[in-house]
Amino acid sequence: MAKVIFKRPDSLTDKQFHYCPGCTHGIIHRLVAEVIDEMGLQDDTVGVCPVGCSVFAYDYFNVDMFQASHGRAPAVATGIKRCLPERTVFTYQGDGDLASIGTAEIVHAAARSEKITTIFVNNAVYGMTGGQMAPTTLPGQKTTTSPRGREKELNGLPVRVSEMLATLDGAVYVARVSVHDPKHIVQAKKAIRKAFEIQKAGLGFALVEVLSTCPTNWGLSPKESIKWLAENMIPYYPLGVFKEPAEVK
Amino acid sequence: MLQEVLIAGFGGQGVLSTGQLLAYAGMIENKQVAWIPSYGPEMRGGTANCGITISDEPISSPLVTEPTTLIVMNRPSLDKFEKSVVPGGLILINSSLVDQKVTRQDLQVLEIPANRIAEELGNTKVANNIILGVLIELTGIVSLEAVVESLKKVLPARRHNLIPVNQQALEKGMQLAKEFKNKQ
Amino acid sequence: MSKVLMKGNEAIGEGAIRAGCRHFFGYPITPQSELPHYLAKRMPEVGGVFLQAESETSSINMVYGAAGAGFRTMTSSSSPGLSLMQEGISYLVGAELPCVVVNVMRGGPGLGNIAPAQGDYFQAVKGGGHGDYKLVVLAPASVQEIIDMMQVAFDLADQYRTPVMLVGDGILGQMMEPVELADEVTLPEVPAKPWAASGLKGRKKPNIVNSLYIVPEDCEELNQRLFAKYDVIAAQETRWEEYRLEDAEIVLTGFGTAARIAKSVVDKARSEGIKAGLIRPITLWPFPSEVYAKAAAHANKFLCVEMSMGQMVEDVRLAVNGKKPVHFYGRSGGMVPLAKDVLAEVKKLMAGGE
Repeated sequence: MAKVIFKRPDSLTDKQFHYCPGCTHGIIHRLVAEVIDEMGLQDDTVGVCPVGCSVFAYDYFNVDMFQASHGRAPAVATGIKRCLPERTVFTYQGDGDLASIGTAEIVHAAARSEKITTIFVNNAVYGMTGGQMAPTTLPGQKTTTSPRGREKELNGLPVRVSEMLATLDGAVYVARVSVHDPKHIVQAKKAIRKAFEIQKAGLGFALVEVLSTCPTNWGLSPKESIKWLAENMIPYYPLGVFKEPAEVK
Repeated sequence: MLQEVLIAGFGGQGVLSTGQLLAYAGMIENKQVAWIPSYGPEMRGGTANCGITISDEPISSPLVTEPTTLIVMNRPSLDKFEKSVVPGGLILINSSLVDQKVTRQDLQVLEIPANRIAEELGNTKVANNIILGVLIELTGIVSLEAVVESLKKVLPARRHNLIPVNQQALEKGMQLAKEFKNKQ
Repeated sequence: MSKVLMKGNEAIGEGAIRAGCRHFFGYPITPQSELPHYLAKRMPEVGGVFLQAESETSSINMVYGAAGAGFRTMTSSSSPGLSLMQEGISYLVGAELPCVVVNVMRGGPGLGNIAPAQGDYFQAVKGGGHGDYKLVVLAPASVQEIIDMMQVAFDLADQYRTPVMLVGDGILGQMMEPVELADEVTLPEVPAKPWAASGLKGRKKPNIVNSLYIVPEDCEELNQRLFAKYDVIAAQETRWEEYRLEDAEIVLTGFGTAARIAKSVVDKARSEGIKAGLIRPITLWPFPSEVYAKAAAHANKFLCVEMSMGQMVEDVRLAVNGKKPVHFYGRSGGMVPLAKDVLAEVKKLMAGGE
């Protein structure tokens, strides 16, 4: 009899991802789905996807889903969770969505300590709209709207979302992880699981920032992208747990 | 019957609640009533006023722009609203608080030292109801019974012990109005 | 039944609670703030949720979440706040979510002021946000009607899976009037919402709340579906009040507070021998066009009274379709028409003036 050693998580549909080669959205989707499966939450979960490359995440997650307007996923999730406090509610947002247009919504969802889980995918660039500069774009990084590289005088310096949100009492769990190699992927999954466990324990707002690649808009091969992430993003966006409640340590 | 009353003074003088009491009394008598306050920045500590319309007919606009009666609780309100009163209308002034005189000659004016009288009754907070008593006696806008009944609705239960002194104030006002009518 | 004196803004809140709404999301703005004050107190008493959002943008998106989860929900604001909500309202329409949005209008444009106005008529009835759509727009004219209309608003929203807007103005929000309230409240039956995204709970196929139709053919189909729905709403849900219209030579018209004033002018004009009548649209969309068309057969002229520079008058002109002249009298920026001035306008028009 054949033994199953690898299968698609139940919380992912059969639909093939539309993401570019070398993009790590697929890995992150899978980690979230595996956690939902492993915690037995597929029946209970409502997800909210953003505007950005993951706008179609509702096609991939095999749970009830919302598509939110740009930046407003935390407000939408708040509305859902306040009606359905027993359900597990998560948002899946990119850096343009969460760190730029949706700054107010994420800050206030965290401040209210909404019992939701936010997966924040940071790849330092706008993907879907064509590789424009994001609030998370690194100094000197070339994008379609910073063709000379991000200039401090013109654009200021990047927002470190996790560090910023960790200053809020309502944000009970904040961690930054990466998915550029298997070891980090395992660590990322642990953090995502913890963020869902915190919601189930009713402890408050939890966010996992996942450093991610964008080979297409970075103008790099998938392999080079992994290297670029490790060498450029991690020094600027250090990995680690910024906030963790004693109950789950 | 259409009576449009404007009550004007400072925030905190009970302008709005006095107006509500009057509107409530009209409602108890099954008249058409509407009450509307001035609202917004000016109500935060500045002047406050409210308009009360009591009528036998449906009320079109609740805004009182040309009052049949103006109740004045501070000086700025007299400056501001004296000219808006309809010719032949009534102005009631709390003369404990306003030392200014009405200049128009085409109005009925009554100065009532309401705070002093209220003190004599032992509770300065009933000053507005002394003026209300004058109003109902002079205009017949609502009955004393209806106002007393309204006090039960408007005052929270823990304040119902104040109903007798409020009723005294209303009756005192009515008595003043009768004396005024007799003098005319 | 109990008769109580109630503020318009509070009546919106009490009407919502009686209509079974248990989730309110909002942000403070004058002149509607007594509504959040009221619901902040009342919602916990009935096991509901009152949540103050960080902005109107968030309020409307919280409503999107709550509505998509299958709950009766609402938000409210005043003019500038409604401008901020337009994006969210368009998404609610696109995702076909039922909800109630209240606009207690104030003077504009810009920060304008907090005085009563009706300058958001276009915004309410012509779309307001991006894309092709209509909202059902209800315009009560008294505090009693506000209470009654809140029930209608939630019912229509659920029945047609559409956002419903209730518009008032600073006067209707701030004024107190007697209202009859049923002593015993039976919560209305809410239709089943099998489309709600509230967790699979044994269902095999996920529900998706979405307004993204990336394929143009699909998006056109959505638009056609919406407009087929709007045809049904227009045929079945148009509401208006007629007053002394049968033999009217001049027809006054307006909505909300302006209609109250126009109605009193009708009586004053009649008492002076002028045959005046009134049409008061209660639904601003769908607009009761046929009533105007019918009245145009016997009336000589129309006078539209608004607290704006003239917005509804355009729909009146479309309805009358050139058969008779449609005149306009308005005050704007927070000014309110006075009955005597409207009456003077009526007399001028009847005397043949322009």
